[in-house]
Amino acid sequence: MSTFDEIPKTQQEALRTVVLWLADDRLIHGHRLSEWAGHGPELEEDLALANMALDMIGHASSLYAYVAKLEGREEEDYHAYFRDDIDFTNCAMVELPRGDFAFTMARQFLFSVHAFLLYQALMDVLEDEELAGILKKHFKEIRYHLRHSGEWMRRLGDGTDESRERVQHALDDLWMYTGELFTSNAHIEATVRFEVFTDPATLHAPWMEMVRQVLDDATLTMPDQNQYMFDGARQGRHTEHLGRLLAEMQFLRRSYPDASWT
Amino acid sequence: MNTEQELKQFQERIDNGEKIEPKDAMPERYRKQLIRMMSQHAHSEIVGMLPEGNWITRAPSLKRKMVLLAKVQDEAGHGLYLYSATETLGARRQDLVEDYLYGSAKYSSIFNYPTLTYADICVIGWLVDGAAIVNQTMLAKSSYGPYARANLRICKEESFHKKQGYEMLAKMASGTPEQQKMAQDAVNRWWWPTLMMFGPHDSDSPNSAELIRWGVKTKTNDELRVHFVDRMVMEAEAIGITLPDPDLRYNEETGHWDFGLIPWDEFWSVVKGDGPMNRERIRARRHAYEEGAWVREAATEYARKQRLRAEKAS
Ligand SMILES: [Fe+2]
Ligand SMILES: [Fe+2]
Repeated sequence: MSTFDEIPKTQQEALRTVVLWLADDRLIHGHRLSEWAGHGPELEEDLALANMALDMIGHASSLYAYVAKLEGREEEDYHAYFRDDIDFTNCAMVELPRGDFAFTMARQFLFSVHAFLLYQALMDVLEDEELAGILKKHFKEIRYHLRHSGEWMRRLGDGTDESRERVQHALDDLWMYTGELFTSNAHIEATVRFEVFTDPATLHAPWMEMVRQVLDDATLTMPDQNQYMFDGARQGRHTEHLGRLLAEMQFLRRSYPDASWT
Repeated sequence: MNTEQELKQFQERIDNGEKIEPKDAMPERYRKQLIRMMSQHAHSEIVGMLPEGNWITRAPSLKRKMVLLAKVQDEAGHGLYLYSATETLGARRQDLVEDYLYGSAKYSSIFNYPTLTYADICVIGWLVDGAAIVNQTMLAKSSYGPYARANLRICKEESFHKKQGYEMLAKMASGTPEQQKMAQDAVNRWWWPTLMMFGPHDSDSPNSAELIRWGVKTKTNDELRVHFVDRMVMEAEAIGITLPDPDLRYNEETGHWDFGLIPWDEFWSVVKGDGPMNRERIRARRHAYEEGAWVREAATEYARKQRLRAEKAS
């Protein structure tokens, strides 16, 4: 869906829109995590980061396959490789460059809390059994991501002066990208009306509560809620980072569209 | 263990095919040689993540991306088993790591070559993991128990890596003209460096005889290399790939394939640090290690605070 796309008019269209939100979030986040391969701060963490990247890309892949089926498309990862940045609907937070380990973990944590709450809500709302089954499988792994990143928030926040400073910075830098997770617009309202999504505003209070608990434990300060918030990535209005990410991710597949790589 | 009597008893255990375990008595030189060899193996797994990691973000399908990411993750796991196995000999992981980053320890030279196209990923799986399997299958019978067991575990995953690489290479070799070109070009670049993975000729390999006598290795470099070439000739032919050696010829007498002269000057040059990617690989690994220092310190400090809190509470 790009900025030119229309508001979903059927439940099927709404469902396709929602599944692409989820898939794009996971593909782009997984891509950023995968950039750590071979560069982690310790071997154990190389394994954990690769694990999370694999989960994320795996989740994206199963969701894209689901959409391809809805659309009667043969190419399961068409949406990953043949759309431009204005067609991608991931939230902006996940496309930001990987930064240092504190940034990666802070993003993982903020994203995972949201994913945890959103999946919980969606598993309640969605009637499609196949999709509910897919989400249920992902949910187990989301819990692991939440636990892993939460533990690192505590370690970094309550570790050394340097680690606290770095992770606090990361939170402050990320905060302006958290707003769009909870705002609504005509597109989102339509998906809620068709009962395939949940009103994002309802997730805000529980999200704040879960984040606050970990930040308190980690002796970190909650960033100021009343600040400028980035908005619009779900409708294709991204940061400058996504275009470059896609250029890298898609170049080979797009250069030889007739070649088979499966 | 120094007396002749003790050395003789040790050699008898080896000759009887007994496994040496961490708590057993062993000659100091056996311990030293193992630490050198095992840590070198571990470093190779870790540096090996870099050339392949180079294509994760550009893999041409989500399936290929996941396969590659999982493979690179496996290599991290191999490094971890091997460091743990080496620690059973009284070495510390941190010292071992610092010895290849800042000291004189080596890792396999094969990873000092660049991955230029996606076909390199397939060829690394087929040839490099293929060569590693030949080597590690032998090491799975090593006289040192923890090393033997680590290799047994690793081999299972390497077989999978090789299979995936070979299958995708076959696909490229029979794909579009551009895919075929990439596939053949990658084989042309990786073939000779892969043959060098088995190490110098037996006549130039001073450690070999001792390692074989102690059962750490059971075959010589040249024996392993010949065995490898025999297999690869068949596998290349089966997928329509040409090995870049005009002297490859089946020898009726030996029952093996004869091959051309290995460029040993290049081998020694890369071993000494002058290969196309040596400096970049070390720079990347040092960067990860140094940039990770504050993370490791934070984890240690947090653990210390948690311990203090637990003590206070009880
Ligand atoms: Fe390996
Ligand atoms: Fe491997």
